[in-house]
Amino acid sequence: MNIFFAIIAAVTIAAAVAAMSLRNLVHCALALAVAFAGLAAAYLELGAQFVGFTQILVYVGAVAILVVFAILLTRGSETSPHSVLSAGWLSGILVAVAVLAVLVYAIAKSFVLQNAVPAQPTVTVKQIGEALMTKFVLPLEVVGLLLTAALIGAVIIALKEEGKK
Amino acid sequence: MVESLDQIFVTLNHLLTGFAPEALRPAVSAIISIAGIIGVFASLFAVTTVFERKGLGRIQNRYGPNRVGPFGFFQPAADGIKALIKEDLVPRAADKVVHFLAPLMVVIPAFLVYTVLPIGRNMVLADYDAGVLFFFAIGAATELSVFMAGWSSHNKYSLLGAMRAIAQMISYEIPLILSSVTVIMIVGSLSTSKIVEAQAGYHSFGLPNWFVFTPWGLVGFLLFMIAATAETNRSPFDLPEGESEIIAGYYIEYSGFKFALFFLGEYMGMFAISGLGITLFLGGWHAPLALLEFVPSYMWFFAKLLVIVFIFIWIRGTLPRLRMDQLMNFAWKFMLPMALINIVSAAVWHFMLPGWQRWVVGAAVAAVSYVLLGLGLMEGKKLEKRRYRFAE
Amino acid sequence: MNQIATQLNPLAGYLILSAFIFAIGLAGALTRRSAIIVLIGIELMLNAANLNFIAFWRFSEHPEALTGIMFAIFSIGVAAAEAAVGLALIIAIYRHYKSANMDDVNSLKG
Repeated sequence: MNIFFAIIAAVTIAAAVAAMSLRNLVHCALALAVAFAGLAAAYLELGAQFVGFTQILVYVGAVAILVVFAILLTRGSETSPHSVLSAGWLSGILVAVAVLAVLVYAIAKSFVLQNAVPAQPTVTVKQIGEALMTKFVLPLEVVGLLLTAALIGAVIIALKEEGKK
Repeated sequence: MVESLDQIFVTLNHLLTGFAPEALRPAVSAIISIAGIIGVFASLFAVTTVFERKGLGRIQNRYGPNRVGPFGFFQPAADGIKALIKEDLVPRAADKVVHFLAPLMVVIPAFLVYTVLPIGRNMVLADYDAGVLFFFAIGAATELSVFMAGWSSHNKYSLLGAMRAIAQMISYEIPLILSSVTVIMIVGSLSTSKIVEAQAGYHSFGLPNWFVFTPWGLVGFLLFMIAATAETNRSPFDLPEGESEIIAGYYIEYSGFKFALFFLGEYMGMFAISGLGITLFLGGWHAPLALLEFVPSYMWFFAKLLVIVFIFIWIRGTLPRLRMDQLMNFAWKFMLPMALINIVSAAVWHFMLPGWQRWVVGAAVAAVSYVLLGLGLMEGKKLEKRRYRFAE
Repeated sequence: MNQIATQLNPLAGYLILSAFIFAIGLAGALTRRSAIIVLIGIELMLNAANLNFIAFWRFSEHPEALTGIMFAIFSIGVAAAEAAVGLALIIAIYRHYKSANMDDVNSLKG
């Protein structure tokens, strides 16, 4: 619980709150990118370098840009006359607060917290690569297939239909 | 003597760190290295701006700037003063916060990537185990800041320029990463210092062990450099900032110091990606001939960097700009298949026994794929000799 | 309160941070009108779960099994695919309904 963790936690929570509550959608997307960067810093603090850099490369470098493009293609940057909140927002907030309460209670009462803190594990990229190619080769191939199918499907869904209307 | 000259900056760093208290030593050492990197590369930026303008001028059969100082070499000082004292205009409908943050978000990743470049022997700022991945991750963060610059100006043309720039950067990121995957595969590590170490030594006939002197390495280096030119929006891929087309693309609405920051970010990105190309393919800080090893290692790095910068300037002055659809076609239909075939070629090279056979196989694979993919690109285009028509 | 604070090890800090991010993402996904904000909330929830995995990996007794890291890597991949498909769907719906608000997509209502 050192100063770095406090800064990372503060920045990430502030960015997440901003991403969920700002009116302008593009500001929300940019706050989301800051939240991703904060989480990547948290991964680096935990010693998972490969995951931290992959988080920046995939989330900040691709998913955030996808979100921004979708906002621009659906004219989200213009402020709409409707209210920002959907119908039934109060029950949504109550559900979220209930989930938070249950999770924090479960964490505080957990026996895992009483364990001793082990030393910082060192994992090299070589170990991750070897694990991916031996123990986790099936998930790797399935994820490759899934990504191909998902991206082909996404392109087909978003494609403009020729002369249908 | 040669050894001490080579390590002079490392010993200087240790000397200065010795003055600091024990607990702060790592931080002080890092700060001294960072100050050195920023100082050196920022002055290289200043020198490059003059070289570029004079070089382009000479290619175009005119003098470049030649008023300020001897042969115009104090021009960066004049440019800097102009940038600092110009009025900072912000459009009324612009998004003030995002407009202000966008130049910062372009410059910060551009400087951050220098941490993993090995500038000399023992001269890496941070030897991460996943150094090359760090470089590409931080490079990908630049794309979002390009969008911020284009969108916050509230100007259709700058938004259009930003969209094109992002599409171009995303398309060329894949050949860039795939061409460096060949090197990573052969070396077996993502750490930049290990990649440089793997290129030590010389072949029997005097040629150094650099990866650019192998068939897959040459193809990979060319792909990497073309993708690097596109990533940093340099000519002939500078449609997003084409001066004669969309005025300045996504930084139309920026003036004064913020424009200078964009300029700085672009050149820093160019140096950084050239530095990575040197690390991956050109042997980093190694000398090209065994008898030239008395020259310090950082001199070799900067010599190679200056040669690559000169080639960038040369290409800018020579080739015309690529149109957007030509650019995208080139990335997806030529460079991506070529990079994938190159990975296979590198793997075949690794598993064949050393000898002239693997050179022939590598060269044959590269030549055949180049011809086939080139023919595929020219499909359907009627290219013929230009006919001049005059008014009679 | 001080007693609890001295007993909490760093794992609790990361788990509570992850719980907060999850709750914030859930709140946003349930209360906002625009479909894109719902997708942003879902991405935040996935990220919070990833943080949980990495935190448990770091403080586990057998970190050389790399289970937490593997799960996080695959989760990042799957989340990227899901974001792409979700955003394509939103674009297709916008083209049809001329609106990206979820309350307007109600043809099957009643």
